[in-house]
Amino acid sequence: MIKINLPTDEETIRALHIGDEVLLTGTIVTARDTAHKYMVTEKPNDLAPLLKDSVIYHCGPIVSHEGGKWSMVCAGPTTSIREEPFEAEVIKMYGVRGVIGKGGMGPKTLAACKEFGAVYFHTAGGCAASLAQTMEEVLDVKKLEFGTPEAFWVVRVKDFPCLVTMDSHGQSLHDMVEKKSRAVLEELIKS
Amino acid sequence: MDPKTLQTNLLELIRRSSTDMPPDIEVAIRAGYRREEKGTPAKSVFKSMLDSIELSRRKSIALCQDTGSLVWNIYYPDGSEILPVTKAIENAIAEATDKTWLRPNAVDIVTGKNSGNNLGAGSPILHFHPWKKKNWEFSMMNKGGGCENCGIQYKLPDSRLGAGRDLDGVYKCVLDAVFQAQGKGCAPGIPCVGIGGNRDSGMECAKNQIYRKLDDINPDQILAKLEKKLYQDCNKLGIGPMGYGGKTTVLGVKIGTLHRLPACYFVSIAYMCWSDRRGNMTISGNKVTYSN
Ligand code: SF4
Repeated sequence: MIKINLPTDEETIRALHIGDEVLLTGTIVTARDTAHKYMVTEKPNDLAPLLKDSVIYHCGPIVSHEGGKWSMVCAGPTTSIREEPFEAEVIKMYGVRGVIGKGGMGPKTLAACKEFGAVYFHTAGGCAASLAQTMEEVLDVKKLEFGTPEAFWVVRVKDFPCLVTMDSHGQSLHDMVEKKSRAVLEELIKS
Repeated sequence: MDPKTLQTNLLELIRRSSTDMPPDIEVAIRAGYRREEKGTPAKSVFKSMLDSIELSRRKSIALCQDTGSLVWNIYYPDGSEILPVTKAIENAIAEATDKTWLRPNAVDIVTGKNSGNNLGAGSPILHFHPWKKKNWEFSMMNKGGGCENCGIQYKLPDSRLGAGRDLDGVYKCVLDAVFQAQGKGCAPGIPCVGIGGNRDSGMECAKNQIYRKLDDINPDQILAKLEKKLYQDCNKLGIGPMGYGGKTTVLGVKIGTLHRLPACYFVSIAYMCWSDRRGNMTISGNKVTYSN
């Protein structure tokens, strides 16, 4: 198990390879569909320092708001491939070192990971109750008007568990699994 | 039953459905854990699933942050008033959202605004069915969006797959759908299939298979055989939990059928994720029983 503190640096990220199990500690920012479009089209300044050398989490959490304080109740990953049109640009623009999500991403993101030194961290879809336990404090929320699932949640996490499934060396576990399963599929539906 | 009591009971039904994994699914997750090889990401993610299930149950935390679209089937004694029941369901849903058992999941297409309480055009999805019995039965499911995106409808024949208008063609469609989903719908999933009907009734038939228990056996022997074969062959694909690679790609395959139009042969597939949340409540006089 590799422990990484956020913000991190290019060297640490370049040392990661697919199959590495990682625990992340530090500040991360959630962003999903509306947020990605917004980052690319509106280029907000206030997000830049938070994202530099840190990690974006594809997540639309369930949050609670008690006594004026927000907290994460349930916060697993959402399907990342929907952000494929934006992610490469986001990695480039903001100097993001990693993206957490589920299901993997496509060739544009993989190429950006290689070029700029970033990785894709897969985390367990549906394990949202457990994952929220590692999210110790909500530090800020931006663009709440997008709705709670779509807002940017700035969260301090401790030992957030993930698996590197796309690295900065052009390798993708998702491509490998897809290729293997395609061969089996073709064999099974032949005839 | 007075509307206030009904609402309280419906709230409890939603809480159970969203936070308490059905026993048959948990058994299948445990079997997946045992099946995968030591030291693999597949095995460790099954462990995470089991831990998270346990935590959700103990603390009444939603199993997944995507509490899905809420699809209901309500069976009522023929002739009963159903409007007050619709209202009670809506109130219970708004209350469950307040209590964080549901995430606000209804977004206006034009304005992009989230209604904040899960109520909106087409939300919730309620199907009322009159029956001759004296009791009421409420079945609901939390159908997540990620796995919903993996749903697909084929029109046979399909030349890409070499799938003809027969059960062998259906077999090819289901394998293809599971292949296309990879890990994106939170595998291991349960491909629920509706063969026949038209475009909407076919998909509804597929969705209704989600209510079936994993270990039930299709009363139609031919379909039972096909479900079993598909279960085995889908698991040969090697996609594994989360698409990490592994032996467990699906937890089961469920198939329903409808008569079709002579011109049409639809194979509708509703892909359900491993977080297969459903709940059931029966009201008989003042007696309320829950199950999932
Ligand atoms: S596919 Fe299912 S388990 Fe995965 S995030 Fe969506 S609702 Fe949750």
